[in-house]
Amino acid sequence: MSFINHLLFGIYPYIALAVFVLGSLIRYDREPYSWKTGSSQMLESKQLRKGSFAFHIGILAILAGHFVGLLTPHQVWDVLGISPATKQMVAMGAGGLFGLICLYGMTILLKRRLHNPRIRATSTRMDIVILVLLYAQLILGLLSIPFSMGHLDGSEMLKLMAWAQNTVTFNAQAASLAIADVGLIYKLHVLLGMTLFLLFPFSRLVHIWSVPVKYMRRNYQVVRQR
Amino acid sequence: MKVRAQIGMVLNLDKCIGCHTCSVTCKNVWTSREGMEYAWFNNVETKPGIGYPKEWENQEKWNGGWIRSKNGKLEPKQGGKRRILANIFANPDLPDIDDYYEPFDFDYQHLHRAGESKHQPVARPRSLISGQRMEKIEWGPNWEEILGTEFSKRRKDKNFDKVQADIYGQFENTFMMYLPRLCEHCLNPACVASCPSGAIYKREEDGIVLIDQDKCRGWRMCVSGCPYKKIYYNWKTGKSEKCIFCYPRIEVGQPTVCSETCVGRIRYLGVLLYDADKIADAASVPNDQDLYQAQCDIFLDPFNKDVQAAAKREGIPDAWLEAAQQSPVYKMAMEWKVALPLHPEYRTLPMVWYVPPLSPIQTAIESGHVGMNGVIPDLKSLRIPLKYLANLLTAGDEKPVVRALERMLAMRAYKRAQQVEGVKDDEVIAAAGLQDWQVEEMYRVMALANYEDRFVIPTSHTAYAQDAYDMKSGCGFSFGNGCGSSSEVNLFGTKSQTVRQVIPVEIQE
Repeated sequence: MSFINHLLFGIYPYIALAVFVLGSLIRYDREPYSWKTGSSQMLESKQLRKGSFAFHIGILAILAGHFVGLLTPHQVWDVLGISPATKQMVAMGAGGLFGLICLYGMTILLKRRLHNPRIRATSTRMDIVILVLLYAQLILGLLSIPFSMGHLDGSEMLKLMAWAQNTVTFNAQAASLAIADVGLIYKLHVLLGMTLFLLFPFSRLVHIWSVPVKYMRRNYQVVRQR
Repeated sequence: MKVRAQIGMVLNLDKCIGCHTCSVTCKNVWTSREGMEYAWFNNVETKPGIGYPKEWENQEKWNGGWIRSKNGKLEPKQGGKRRILANIFANPDLPDIDDYYEPFDFDYQHLHRAGESKHQPVARPRSLISGQRMEKIEWGPNWEEILGTEFSKRRKDKNFDKVQADIYGQFENTFMMYLPRLCEHCLNPACVASCPSGAIYKREEDGIVLIDQDKCRGWRMCVSGCPYKKIYYNWKTGKSEKCIFCYPRIEVGQPTVCSETCVGRIRYLGVLLYDADKIADAASVPNDQDLYQAQCDIFLDPFNKDVQAAAKREGIPDAWLEAAQQSPVYKMAMEWKVALPLHPEYRTLPMVWYVPPLSPIQTAIESGHVGMNGVIPDLKSLRIPLKYLANLLTAGDEKPVVRALERMLAMRAYKRAQQVEGVKDDEVIAAAGLQDWQVEEMYRVMALANYEDRFVIPTSHTAYAQDAYDMKSGCGFSFGNGCGSSSEVNLFGTKSQTVRQVIPVEIQE
């Protein structure tokens, strides 16, 4: 058991993250023509406008929440005077709210992708796979909220934080040890999350790297010299 | 003064016969690919009509082009940078594929394979996007050809503003003209300004506006930014594409495909010099109707010594200056003022200009009460209303349209007097503000329109810029990713651009 645990939570994350980083770099360098958002709005606009906005707002908030929540060392929260119990309540509240917004949007988008004949016909297999996996991941995340009700002291959350922080500081042994006895639902959520990182460079998710922040600073007109 | 040069185009609508040769040759060369079936870099519309895509001229609907804000600054009509980014998840101003048309093909194979039956087999249409049967084709690339569809639909044409349009729905008063359209390669392009990735750019050396296919991320803001709706989203590659002004041909001194193949000889290509420092001011003059003049004012006289010196300082080659002096585009737009910009009120400073068409004199006037102004008929009696042309070409100001039409009529009257009656009628051309040598040149360029007079294109000396030895055995034009893009297996799961993937229809016997 402990070997499988170490394989899945001590080693697999590094495989996933390595593929995520190297794969993104290779695709950006070798296949820039394939680097795109893959928008299908032109083929179907009404459902997209309903779903896409809710989905993106929800998932961006959730991503930011996970990033800050998992990677900020618990000492920082102690200094700020936020107890693990309070932090868990905030995470459950905000995560639940944005999770539901995201669920609303993604339900529309998934239905559209599978049932609109134009969208279905122009989808790649990966487009569908990645959307279904994201949907499953979102549902796992939302399902974990009732489980979290069972231990409002934040103890499970601290273990997950320890796993994440040990992972990013290359302490695989401690990471897999930290996560060994958390609930199954969290483990599944973490595993699927790592799998999403693994698939990232092969899917349309790469457009996340291309958030057009530079647009705000550039001139309206672009002229290229020979 | 910062001198830049651009290859501009003029289309002489007076000679356009609406044969679509330009559109078809362009399509065969550039957009005969899956994902681009619906896209026509060049298309010919019958006016009045709502056009392609539907109602493209209605900027209240599509929010294309620029608007001048209260502080005098220009901003894309779809919103400034912040608003464009806020709309990035779902663009509220994006036309649907149905606003262009759903691309279709016919099941021709069925004609070969159909078994014996009581009725003749037919090739039925199917969608090239979903592959599904289309029971009825509702719209096509040129649905309004020669005033097809009912007038109540064509009545929505934005150029009917301030025209008593309903009269022109009557059979006796109806009028039409052709409008070939392509990317305007604007001096102040709204598509470039709308692109969050910065993938669209204007080439400094010849003014051609291009989309860098490797940098385009498919945020699709350029489609709504362009008021002419001349940027097309390729639904297969997820990238936007547009008219490239046949830059590989232009670079070696050849005309664009649409110009080369035009059977009516209506297209002209030539160099225009302009002052890049004045673009922003010219595009933001307060009054829409002053935009035409403002754009004329930033064009520079290629015969002026100061301009020549400044151009040389910018590194513009002598061949380009020479071409600018012989440019038919400069002559028609600036010397004779017979060519006018298309919808200058969008504030993009377009660089494809149009000579307005003459039209027959209405029957009522022919039968006795002709409004004549010497040999030249009163322009108000032309079948195409002046206001309509003015809405199309000069933001509603009729004076430049009248001047252009008068000069074309004067040229005809002068040449008729000269060739039929053997008289030199200086009076008629003096009234139109022309001199005899100018009329002879107008006649040569506009009426005879020989190849070398229509296309004065200097080469861009690419041979010096590129090392030809390194290009030996290159793969030439490919869909990104070097020469290997024809393989069917792709690590990153994208669709091969060279394989058609439309699902064939199941034929049920």
